[in-house]
Amino acid sequence: MAALAAYVEGIGLLGPGIGDWPAGARVLTGQAPWARAPTVLPAPECLPSAERRRTGTVVRLALAVGLEATARAGADPAALAAVFASSGGDGQNCHEICQVLASAERQLSPTRFHNCVHNAAAGYWSIATQATPASSALCAYDASFAAGLLEALLQVAVERTAVLLVAYDVGYPEPLHRHRPIPDAFGVALVLAPAVSAASQASVSATLTAAPADDMADGALEALRRSIPAARSLPLLAHLARRTTGRVVLDYLGGQCLAVELSACP
Amino acid sequence: MPGDTDVNYRRMNPLALTSFTATSCIGRGVAATLATLHERRTGLAPCAFETVTLDTWVGEVAGVDEAPLPATLREFECRNNRLAHLGLAQDGLAEAVQRAAARYGRERVGVFLGTSTSGILETELAYRERDPLSGALPAHFRYRGAHNTFSLAAFAQQALQLSGPAVVISCACSSSAKVFASARRAIEAGLIDAALVGGVDSLCLTTLYGFHSLQLVSSRPCRPFDVARDGISIGEAAAFALLERPGASLDANAVLLLGVGESSDAHHMSAPHPQGRGARAAMLQALEAAALAPQDIEYINFHGTGTPSNDDAEARAVTNVLGNETPGSSTKGATGHTLGAAGALEAVICALALQHGVMPAGVNTTELDPALTVHYLRDNRVTRLSRVMSNSFGFGGSNCSLIFGRAG
Repeated sequence: MAALAAYVEGIGLLGPGIGDWPAGARVLTGQAPWARAPTVLPAPECLPSAERRRTGTVVRLALAVGLEATARAGADPAALAAVFASSGGDGQNCHEICQVLASAERQLSPTRFHNCVHNAAAGYWSIATQATPASSALCAYDASFAAGLLEALLQVAVERTAVLLVAYDVGYPEPLHRHRPIPDAFGVALVLAPAVSAASQASVSATLTAAPADDMADGALEALRRSIPAARSLPLLAHLARRTTGRVVLDYLGGQCLAVELSACP
Repeated sequence: MPGDTDVNYRRMNPLALTSFTATSCIGRGVAATLATLHERRTGLAPCAFETVTLDTWVGEVAGVDEAPLPATLREFECRNNRLAHLGLAQDGLAEAVQRAAARYGRERVGVFLGTSTSGILETELAYRERDPLSGALPAHFRYRGAHNTFSLAAFAQQALQLSGPAVVISCACSSSAKVFASARRAIEAGLIDAALVGGVDSLCLTTLYGFHSLQLVSSRPCRPFDVARDGISIGEAAAFALLERPGASLDANAVLLLGVGESSDAHHMSAPHPQGRGARAAMLQALEAAALAPQDIEYINFHGTGTPSNDDAEARAVTNVLGNETPGSSTKGATGHTLGAAGALEAVICALALQHGVMPAGVNTTELDPALTVHYLRDNRVTRLSRVMSNSFGFGGSNCSLIFGRAG
């Protein structure tokens, strides 16, 4: 089997009480306490104004972490293949559509409809950055982050191309919230490259394993990890923040997990 | 990357489709599907789905509501998974998957499926039954097994008792073409030895009223590449294939996946790039991956939705890459646009074209648009075929081209 290996070149992060990757890294290295606060989503300045007006939280979240990761990597977003992983897409938009379809008129807005596709963030990303390489949008329920990482690493390994991975989740309003209680928005992005460069922060190599997933030592961060599928990335991010060499096991499907060997780049 | 290394990585090792099947409004299984194509019939009918009052035609699969899931799979109950279950039962597909699981191990068979709307119909109906006081959904509502985009792959994995990697690719109407690309990478890297690929999408109010809101739905059976084409007809389908590395003794009639190409338009959420920029890139990549020249392609199954702008952009892209002599057709006049299942359904139609030596005609189309400079087939052509291409393009500017070939 070819090693599913890549170099992490840039990281973007946004979540409850976490404004960007440096802020997240301070929390994950214990330099700063984590205080839960609502996720603050920036307006997507990179989109033309017509598109910007049409975007919901899920697109804002995905664009923000994607742009942070590519900026930190010094990478041209237009040149990157991209993998977008999300458990549920735009929950508010889905709710609005179901409400309209349950009403007598069923007058759906065209914008609501095209925003309901699972690859909406991928589409807006490519429009915003003029990225024309392959982009995928995938879902694996609670395993969506590991499934996205696996897909991205497969692209790096087989296509020998740099890939942007963006994993993101937002919650649903009621009445769907109680059936899928995602408490807030969380997004993470990684620029993964096939060869080492000046921007490389760590090498990562993944294999499937029957070993159990790592949890977070901090109880509040562990609750965050469990409550949002994209936050299942936190054990990996903690290693990247500490710049440690070692192994981390991430939640994947049922009986198997994804083991990632990390080695910090000098 | 140095140029020569780059070229090597772009070429792909072919994979065999060791079993495949399709269920749509033109038939359950490949024999019925092929017969309908031979007879140049459409499966489209005036829409009588659910409580929909739109003036449109749909490609509804008969009997889905009368085919409940087995009790052990009840958590996945929804129209989409019922259609998946019907589809998996055709043509010995499930048995072929079981043989692969026995040969390689259940954890060495991946599941890569495409859908755009999964079981959203269940949620649409549940919203009509909200509690008048609390607003709560009815007690029977299931999010994970029905609504969630992954429910299709979770259902297939459980129904077939597989335990390898599993994922749903949901890139609108390119979803179940792109699953071939993802599965191919996982096999190439040695992560798995075989993959169930496919797509399932089922009729729901979101897509019927949604495409209507964009004024992309025809009030007649869709007429791809016709001068008077005025929109899509929505269909539903379940189509699957089992992908494996080709064995040493491959039957001459075996079908191979030879090339895949993926690209993004970076242009608009719901309209194609007017010059077909992304479509062109996807076709060129697929040719490069297959190490084929444009003239090697003998038939193209167009994405061909029947909207004015899609067919126009695709015709420009195809003319640019393949010239205007390669015969092609859209089979959506027969099946309707099956959205997230279209890539897999049309891959199966390409496999049937290769094995049975027939280029299926595009039905419903009566007067070809002279502005579309492609060789569009309005009659079946019976001839031996070796290499064919299938295009799938979706919202968000997501493009995927696949090339299939006969082994012999």
